[in-house]
Amino acid sequence: MEREFVVKNARVVDPSRNLDGVCDVFVRGSKFADGVSANAEVIDAKGLVLAPGFVDMHVHLRDPGQTSKECIETGTAAAAAGGYTSIVAMPNTTPPADNPSTIRLINDMIAEKAKVRVYQSGCITEGRAGEKLAPLGSLREMGVIAITDDGSCVQSAEIMRNAMQYAKMFNLLVMDHCQEATLTSIGQINEGAVSVRLGLGGWPAAAEDIIVARDIILAKYTESHIHLQHISSSVSVNIIRAAKAHGVSVSAEATPHHLSLTDECLLDFDTNYKMCPPLRTEADRQALIEGVVDGAIEVIATDHAPHTDTDKDREFNMAPFGITGLETAFSVCRDVLVESGKIDMLGLVRLMSTRPAQLLNIDAGTLRPGAEADFVLIDENAEYVFGKTLSRSRNTPWLGKKLKGRVVETFVGGKSVHRV
Amino acid sequence: MIVEDFLKNASWNRKDMISTQPLSLKDIDEIFSLADIFKASLKDDKAKLPYMKGRVVVNLFFEPSTRTRTAFEMAAHKLDADVISVVASASSSVKGETLKDTAKNIQALMADMIIVRHSCSGAAKYLADRLDIPVINAGDGAHAHPTQALLDAFTMREKFGGNFKEKKVTILGDILFSRVARSNIWLLKKLGVEITLAGPSTLVPKEFEKMGVKVCYDLPAAIADADVVMLLRIQHERQRAAYFPSISEYARVFGLNQRRQSLLKEGAFIMHPGPINRGVELDSLLADSDRSVILNQVTNGVAVRMAVMKLCMKAKYGE
Repeated sequence: MEREFVVKNARVVDPSRNLDGVCDVFVRGSKFADGVSANAEVIDAKGLVLAPGFVDMHVHLRDPGQTSKECIETGTAAAAAGGYTSIVAMPNTTPPADNPSTIRLINDMIAEKAKVRVYQSGCITEGRAGEKLAPLGSLREMGVIAITDDGSCVQSAEIMRNAMQYAKMFNLLVMDHCQEATLTSIGQINEGAVSVRLGLGGWPAAAEDIIVARDIILAKYTESHIHLQHISSSVSVNIIRAAKAHGVSVSAEATPHHLSLTDECLLDFDTNYKMCPPLRTEADRQALIEGVVDGAIEVIATDHAPHTDTDKDREFNMAPFGITGLETAFSVCRDVLVESGKIDMLGLVRLMSTRPAQLLNIDAGTLRPGAEADFVLIDENAEYVFGKTLSRSRNTPWLGKKLKGRVVETFVGGKSVHRV
Repeated sequence: MIVEDFLKNASWNRKDMISTQPLSLKDIDEIFSLADIFKASLKDDKAKLPYMKGRVVVNLFFEPSTRTRTAFEMAAHKLDADVISVVASASSSVKGETLKDTAKNIQALMADMIIVRHSCSGAAKYLADRLDIPVINAGDGAHAHPTQALLDAFTMREKFGGNFKEKKVTILGDILFSRVARSNIWLLKKLGVEITLAGPSTLVPKEFEKMGVKVCYDLPAAIADADVVMLLRIQHERQRAAYFPSISEYARVFGLNQRRQSLLKEGAFIMHPGPINRGVELDSLLADSDRSVILNQVTNGVAVRMAVMKLCMKAKYGE
């Protein structure tokens, strides 16, 4: 006898059906259902929002090889705490996920240890060196759903063009970390008034914009889709918006930190504000929000990038880029986007769940009967201090900060995987 | 007794000297006044002044330096402190020890003060936030070099007769990578100086205007009504990164040479934090001319650093 339950009285938000209202949600076994038998268990979720589980296209689980920072177990525990039920692991592990054997190893570890669904991305090029295509068809056979050299950007237009053309045969989503390397050789933080004032090397927005434009032109030319990772610059948002208007198949993501913070945060040299691409200006931040509102940016992704205290607690130039984000993404984005009145909950859930699921072509991002019963219960009004992280690392500027709007329970395949 | 009386009345309460940015006018005045006293007594009496007797100062230099390190050593000797200089190549940093551990170890060895130079912006603040003993920044990346700016301003103060108001200072050269320029901007602005930055646009970005200075790419206009032209050393590695085409082009287009000297105001003087590339940013004859106060800067560097060290020691140890 399969387990059955009904969640009653919740405000149900399902962008896949444009639904926002109080209704019952039925679960039978691991899937959503049209109804359940009369004696099914009842969960009363009065006062809570019920939404499809979040989908994060951009997570660094650091496993294998960098498990002092994070591992599959801790990373997926943090994901569950943040309401994420499906995540895409980045391939910049040690060794990098650029060959079928490594993917097989990762798949086995995921099957054994993951608390939420983990999809593996593969490298575009061998060793993420940007010189030779990884065996993309073989990676696809091992279950890889997307490719990226994240952390590095494929510098050669020729290789990028071939990657797009070749990956299209296998329905692999091509994603790019947009960074023209010669412009960022000394880059530590955004190039502008703050870098000039602090004497830190500048990472100009132009370095992102150039690759965004290049990738869009190549996507148009090869008639393929390109997904642009962690967009940070206002010019890039404008280029993406214009490309969409011209019918180019392009999608883009923004991170909670680029939507909420600026380079002014760096005035005290705090390495928990050092990320790549760097935090930019208030004008860039506003442009990102505008892009999220008008659809130029379709996805919120965390770029969850754990680093140990030893990695981060050192001279600014020597500290690595990146912050964790899985646990705080919803609260931070709800504050910046919903509390401020820019978008509604339906819009936020679309950005954090429905749209990324569609782009990845995975069974997620919907409460439709028959779909996997991955969902979250959210207390929109809960105020809490983010005091303890489930990640193995704690490199986040939100640690110890007061936040509002909290995921109180996360379900994967009808089973609770995290509860406050 | 004059130093004791001065210190008793001083309001200085900073254990560290990381940047000129947070200094108040009162702070600056106290540094200059104490430096005046030290400078006078150095002239009168070759003996050591016993104001840091028994204290141990560690010079922790992760970047090569001759002038600054020697000036700090000299200042410490003149105050009768003991000095240990640690040079990065000889230190444990090459063995993979972190900056924090290196510094904590030096503190555990019971040093009373650390003078630090490091190639990373923010490194001095990083140490100051983690150590109990006073930390003095002898240059961190392109961020700050506060004692250099203080000795520069102290030298100007002597030349200006103490009055900075409406004086014009033009800083010419590689501003982008210069901690000396940044520290001078913060400090001189507080003193009421009008600052103009000049040099190749690749090395003098317009964003500096947000710090309250003028940026001028017309060299004759930039130096014409300056009371001081401060030149910065041009580093050859900038040429490799194509910030400018060549050293000879730099000398021709941006160097302060005999021909451009005629554009300077009467009485305008020339400063340089050293070391000079003679014939590149500054003509050799000009460097040695009456307009040049470059060696005054060096001498003043000892007295100013004595003042900074003594004030920070007093803030930490009460004496």
